[in-house]
Amino acid sequence: MAKLHVKLTVNGRPVEALAEPRTLLIHLLREELGLTGPHIGCDTSHCGACTVDMDGKSVKSCTVFVGQADGAEIRTIEGIANTDGTLHVLQEMFREHHGLQCGFCTPGMITRAYRLLKENPNPSEAEVRFGISGNLCRCTGYQNIVKAIMAAAATLNAQKEAAE
Amino acid sequence: MIPGSFEYHRPGSVAEATGLLARLGDDARILAGGHSLIPMMKLRMAAPGHLVDLQHIVALRGIAREGGEIVIGAMTTQHELIASDELAAAAPLIREAALQIADPQVRYMGTIGGNVANGDPGNDMPGVMQCLDASFELTGPGGTRRVAAREFYQSAFVTARAEVEILTHIRFPAPQSGHGHAYLKQKRKIGDYATAAASVLLTKSGGKCTGASIALTNLKDTPIHVGDAGLAGTDLGEAAQATAVAGMQAAIDPSSDSRGPAEFKRHVAGVILRRAIALAAARAG
Repeated sequence: MAKLHVKLTVNGRPVEALAEPRTLLIHLLREELGLTGPHIGCDTSHCGACTVDMDGKSVKSCTVFVGQADGAEIRTIEGIANTDGTLHVLQEMFREHHGLQCGFCTPGMITRAYRLLKENPNPSEAEVRFGISGNLCRCTGYQNIVKAIMAAAATLNAQKEAAE
Repeated sequence: MIPGSFEYHRPGSVAEATGLLARLGDDARILAGGHSLIPMMKLRMAAPGHLVDLQHIVALRGIAREGGEIVIGAMTTQHELIASDELAAAAPLIREAALQIADPQVRYMGTIGGNVANGDPGNDMPGVMQCLDASFELTGPGGTRRVAAREFYQSAFVTARAEVEILTHIRFPAPQSGHGHAYLKQKRKIGDYATAAASVLLTKSGGKCTGASIALTNLKDTPIHVGDAGLAGTDLGEAAQATAVAGMQAAIDPSSDSRGPAEFKRHVAGVILRRAIALAAARAG
């Protein structure tokens, strides 16, 4: 089988790769690009640990072929922090509110929450819970994850107001 | 899990795509959002030699109104269906159903065309499309034809679509303004297929039902349209709901599986349909 020549932008950096068409985006990210933040949990598109942002959509990168991602802008958990190296508000709030225990689901949770808050900057608790329903956490019972996302929304909104 | 090897094709037009399908034969599969096909390929339950990815065919995207009809491009995602306020105003049944499909990430990728064309009895949109009396536009090497959603499904994963055809658009008459709608789905958890689900559209005048359309999901190897289920002319009250449920019970044929024994599914189907009729009746103005 001929290999595919794919070009992507990953965390702001242009990337080119030669990959078999059957390569899943998660394997390209983890094995070729060394971005091991997105995790392989269930590998059956249920758990959301592999969630990355692709052209403004949250996707499960275990269920996307590299060809589908050709030309896309990808953001992984490695690209969420601020450019000066300080933590993104979501990351700060997950720390502050203890939104993780083992940490396995966290990259997917934060990457998903990043897109959720872009689309809905002022979500209700129910909207947060519905918005992260494609991400499973087996430790926290979600309480602190929801608190962290709500707190991040409030902080981001306050920062935006202060800037205006 | 690594799928089998395949060659990847990304045509830029429907003509190019149908040309590829004709040339590659039954070793080719169409890739829409991929969220049914890729999991099957990872399990090696599907191992096509070629994938024809439709994502770059612009003509297959978008929601439009043409006269009294609503036309949806097959590659329109569930997320885009939900986001469309125009569609929600004209046919709120679709947003209500789309919000109950899978989870947010899957809805960003999953398409309405893939959902209706795959022929999976668990998929939600086939029943919704039967309820709306939609038709599907199929384009192949010989041209384009339309097949009614109510005629499209033959058995599980077997539809009227030929292997060389692409389902390009979905059309349905815009439901009468003031109609009542409901899509109710019983499922074990987010992301699950229905134990039982019901689509209901109805109109009312002076407290009486003037017309209705009802379809059921995942209660047979195809979606089931049961017409108005005897609701027209009734007050949509408990007696009318009971008659509709009895008619529905005669039409469904659920099988026992991990979602429960067939008898349990019949029970759930009755509860869901009664609630869906009551909800649609309350919403009809």
